[in-house]
Amino acid sequence: MIDIMKIVIGGVLVNNFIMSKFLGICPFLGVSKKSGTAFGMGMAVTFVMTIASFFTWLIEHYILIPLGLNAFMQTIAFILVIASLVQIVELVLKKLSRSLYQALGVYLPLITTNCAVLGVALLNSTEGYTLVQSVVNGFGSAIGFTLAIVLFAFIRERLATSNMPKWMEGFPGALIAAGLMSLAFQGFSGLI
Amino acid sequence: MSKKSLGKIFMNGIIDENPTFRLLLGMCPTLAISTAATNGLGMGLAATFVLVFSNLVISLLRKVIPEKVRIPSFVVVIASFVTMIDLLLKAFIPSLSESLGMYIPLIVVNCIIFARAESFAFKNGPIESIFDGLGMGLGFTIALTILSAIRECIGAGTIFGMQVMPANYQPMAFAVMPSGGFIFLGVLLLIVNGLMSYVEKRKKEKEEEEMML
Repeated sequence: MIDIMKIVIGGVLVNNFIMSKFLGICPFLGVSKKSGTAFGMGMAVTFVMTIASFFTWLIEHYILIPLGLNAFMQTIAFILVIASLVQIVELVLKKLSRSLYQALGVYLPLITTNCAVLGVALLNSTEGYTLVQSVVNGFGSAIGFTLAIVLFAFIRERLATSNMPKWMEGFPGALIAAGLMSLAFQGFSGLI
Repeated sequence: MSKKSLGKIFMNGIIDENPTFRLLLGMCPTLAISTAATNGLGMGLAATFVLVFSNLVISLLRKVIPEKVRIPSFVVVIASFVTMIDLLLKAFIPSLSESLGMYIPLIVVNCIIFARAESFAFKNGPIESIFDGLGMGLGFTIALTILSAIRECIGAGTIFGMQVMPANYQPMAFAVMPSGGFIFLGVLLLIVNGLMSYVEKRKKEKEEEEMML
């Protein structure tokens, strides 16, 4: 139990995917102009990352390792699993929950190329997590991702209305704001 | 295709559409591994290798791959080359492979490679695609090396492991920490943006002068 708590807190705060591991920076910079869309993206990522952690663990331990393919098929297998999962999730959501599909739908295709999802699968594998630990790690990291992207979107909403020097507008200003935020997240590093 | 336009395609990736400074693609590896100049150079060259070969293969297969399954096909082609470079690095440069860690397999989801496959290689011939891959890859390598050299210089007082700062220099650890990555990239982008707008302004002024004459 303590193990699991550690993984969750580690994923959300200490080893935050965006702020200390630099995974998922593309959506972090791309869809963080409005807090609403940022939250939608965060939820979609949480959904996919949790499921992806589960399935990539099963694929690795029941198919790749027994067949001795892990060394050179891992990357290909994982990315294909993630890409097809995203497709399946999209189809299922479309049938089962219209409202959830409308909320997450736009972001789902983007997730395939989100390095946070492949990153968490690779991380689970190198850390040697069990199935439960993997799923918890996927979920915790994704919540950390959501937290960071939503907070950053709030900052950017205010930046957009503030009066900045012309060259600072857009990405340079946003990156420096992200740097300061990351500095704040480093304060959590003594937590576990 | 004339020689000049191949050169143009090549330079396009390095200056006009530099993936890091102009298009802001592939930010994850840029920020994560730019703590030492060797890492930056190694990552850039690994990505260039993948970019050139995936561009070549995708452009050769562009008439065979149906429009609808192009994305999964790109993924498979790119992932194969990434696995190759991963295994090659592990075998021949284990120290680099260790310091780049999981960011080597993560080249698969690097948006630069996807973007070039989708917007260039799928529409152009193999030779142009190779040049486009080389230009984009080198543009990425140059940007990464500059950023990581600056961070290494300030954060450790060295560049490529060689001492460049005076011996009594106190390294500023902030530069090699994650937050430093964001801020240094932000400042670098600021400078590049400033330079580019200055160059454009000069160009415009010159054109206007010529018009006057």
